[in-house]
Amino acid sequence: MSLLNKHAIFEKHSMLLLVGILVVVSIGGLVQITPLFYLESTIEKVDGMRPYTPLELSGRNIYVREGCYTCHSQMVRALRDEVERYGHYSLAAESMYDHPFQWGSKRSGPDLARVGGKFSDDWHVAHLIDPRSLVPESIMPGYPFLAERPLDTRNVAAVLEANRIAGVPYSDEMIEKALQDLMAQANPDSDFADEVAERYPKAQVRDFDGNPAMVSEMDAVVAYLQMLGTLVDFATFDAQEYSR
Amino acid sequence: MSAVAERQPLSDWFAFGGLALGAALGILLAGFTNDPVMEFHGWLIFLVSGGGACAVYIRAFDKREGRVAVAEEPYEYGVIRAGVIATVFWGIVGFLVGVIIAWQLAFPALNLDLPWTSFGRLRPVHTSAVIFAFGGNALIATSFYVVQKTCKARLPGRYAPWFVFWGYQLFIVLAASGYVLGVTQGKEYAEPEWYVDLWLTIVWVVYLLVFLGTIWKRKEPHIYVANWFYLAFIVTIAMLHIVNNLTIPVSITGTQSVILWSGVQDAMTQWWYGHNAVGFFLTAGFLGIMYYFVPKRAERPVYSYKLSIIHFWALIFLYIWAGPHHLHYTALPDWAQTLGMTFSVMLWMPSWGGMINGLMTLSGAWDKLRTDPVIRMLVVSVAFYGMSTFEGPLMSVKAVNSLSHYTDWTVGHVHSGALGWVGFVTFGAVYCLVPWLWNRPRLYSLKLVEWHFWIATLGILLYITSMWVSGIMQGLMWRAYDSLGFLEYSFVETVEAMHPYYIIRALGGMLFLVGALIMAYNVWQTIRGRLADEGEFAAPAKSAAGGPAVAPAE
Repeated sequence: MSLLNKHAIFEKHSMLLLVGILVVVSIGGLVQITPLFYLESTIEKVDGMRPYTPLELSGRNIYVREGCYTCHSQMVRALRDEVERYGHYSLAAESMYDHPFQWGSKRSGPDLARVGGKFSDDWHVAHLIDPRSLVPESIMPGYPFLAERPLDTRNVAAVLEANRIAGVPYSDEMIEKALQDLMAQANPDSDFADEVAERYPKAQVRDFDGNPAMVSEMDAVVAYLQMLGTLVDFATFDAQEYSR
Repeated sequence: MSAVAERQPLSDWFAFGGLALGAALGILLAGFTNDPVMEFHGWLIFLVSGGGACAVYIRAFDKREGRVAVAEEPYEYGVIRAGVIATVFWGIVGFLVGVIIAWQLAFPALNLDLPWTSFGRLRPVHTSAVIFAFGGNALIATSFYVVQKTCKARLPGRYAPWFVFWGYQLFIVLAASGYVLGVTQGKEYAEPEWYVDLWLTIVWVVYLLVFLGTIWKRKEPHIYVANWFYLAFIVTIAMLHIVNNLTIPVSITGTQSVILWSGVQDAMTQWWYGHNAVGFFLTAGFLGIMYYFVPKRAERPVYSYKLSIIHFWALIFLYIWAGPHHLHYTALPDWAQTLGMTFSVMLWMPSWGGMINGLMTLSGAWDKLRTDPVIRMLVVSVAFYGMSTFEGPLMSVKAVNSLSHYTDWTVGHVHSGALGWVGFVTFGAVYCLVPWLWNRPRLYSLKLVEWHFWIATLGILLYITSMWVSGIMQGLMWRAYDSLGFLEYSFVETVEAMHPYYIIRALGGMLFLVGALIMAYNVWQTIRGRLADEGEFAAPAKSAAGGPAVAPAE
């Protein structure tokens, strides 16, 4: 009881109580978060990761804007059924350029971490416009307006710049040519189409929404979905090295 | 204050100047941005600040005949009355949006294929409205009441408490209208964009100062236990909010920003924040409510002073470690997952310490459960608290989590805490506060409280049982194998199987909403001074005179 009597000091001095609270609630976060920034094993060394192209990043911003993460995860857990359903379990390296991360917390719809390349562009466009035309049991909202809205490209370079400040390795050239790269990725006939794949290896250059008249929000979203989970070269990834 | 004084008090000038500055800033934002949402928000800031400036001018500067200063109450009750009304209002908004999105999951055509009405944009409106608007207003209002009564001191400042109230409402409206118009950071429970986050930070610092300032003026030597919990809630939420929302604006006149953290570090920071939004916003803060309103209503001292000390420090120390249980089997390193699970399991003990302290406070007054539906609501809330803080550690065990994660089991778990604990303890506090604040002998109708209690309880039971069934079923279907060793179900087959449970869940949510509407009617009638004639129920409630058991029981 004598020790508990000493507690009166906290009950009589508000600033001691406040500092005591701050010290006690800081410990857990410090121990759990700070090592993730310096332990080298946290993020695997892999081949193939690169920053998002301007078009993919615009699509990702629309994905965030529409709250897709409220129903779709982007994190294949290291469990047998998930690996068989979705593909190789997700690596930390695969979301190293994701500001913010989109691992999600609920699967009202399937995981999308490796959806890239699993369906055709046409399928994605039709599915986004009217999900139940392809999957009658689906409970996903329709997004027909994506195909009708031109993509807002006014801030492309500024968004890349802000990502660079946050640590994504965009070069000066990538920022300077951001708008050119964005338009060229959705237009395979453009003179600048080759440059996109030079700056962003494995970048897919296509008219994603099948409408050559404009670069729409649909182009950006489909470009983003089609690259998800496709960058890392798993042939050169040694899982044993990172067995935890 | 006194109209006789020649000099205008400095605080009047500060209030007027600050609001005028806010209005000017709003105009500037609206004028210089090329972002339509920022333009809308600029005008909103202008209107709110401008309206506030006019109100300050009329109340403080206009010295014409007949404008007599209102005598000051010994306690600042005005801002608490406003807070109670805001709590009831935002509660109904939040529950209504919840019901809408619950029906959308059952019948997707209700998304209307429009951007502003789709599930992905409305879900953050629901979560923010119930957690931050309903819960936040309840916490601010009750903390202002409790800290004044237990310190026997008035809130400091004439404008600061009102700044906290109106500043917080502006935060809610900016955040929610942003989501609907597509402005979001994309981090769960931290969706407001950078400028809304900055505004909340300012409001929160003033909130802390008003709360602390009252404690500094106290006439009691000891700080009452409820205030420890409120203080831990305010301080820790400030820390979590700032670290989790560190962000780089794309432009200072645009809504968009890029979060400083990325990938695995962002995930860990987010769930350190996210789980402790539960731990400190929805638990520590509401335990503050429990520690005042349960003993007060039961007219019994808190069961154990020793237990309250031990469970307070243990709870705030352990909670902060629990975040990684949201990231089991992900790309988060195993050592962090293991720490998260271990501390989550340990957290069971201080959580039940709080439950025991709350329930046992009724020792010698258990008969009130039968006669007083308000105390019943408070006690059942503590029971739900005990249940969901047992379920939480269970779900944080990796083997259980591999099944429950990503399914409706999590949704059901959250709602047994949110509807049962946070909702009921708030309703109980509102039913206590309204007669006290408006000087009424009792509530308009205790029979209506009975109706609210039973309808809402039935709603919660429908909600959590349907989510248990659908969540566990979906988890099992995802991992089911047929005799040939192939996955047995396609994903969409598991979606189809959820349909009946989504309907039951939506019905449960509707019942909870109906209960809240009954409460709103009851509160409104009480404020108007009506008293229903209810026979044996009409035993007058005890008056608000006299403080609570300020010295905790030995």
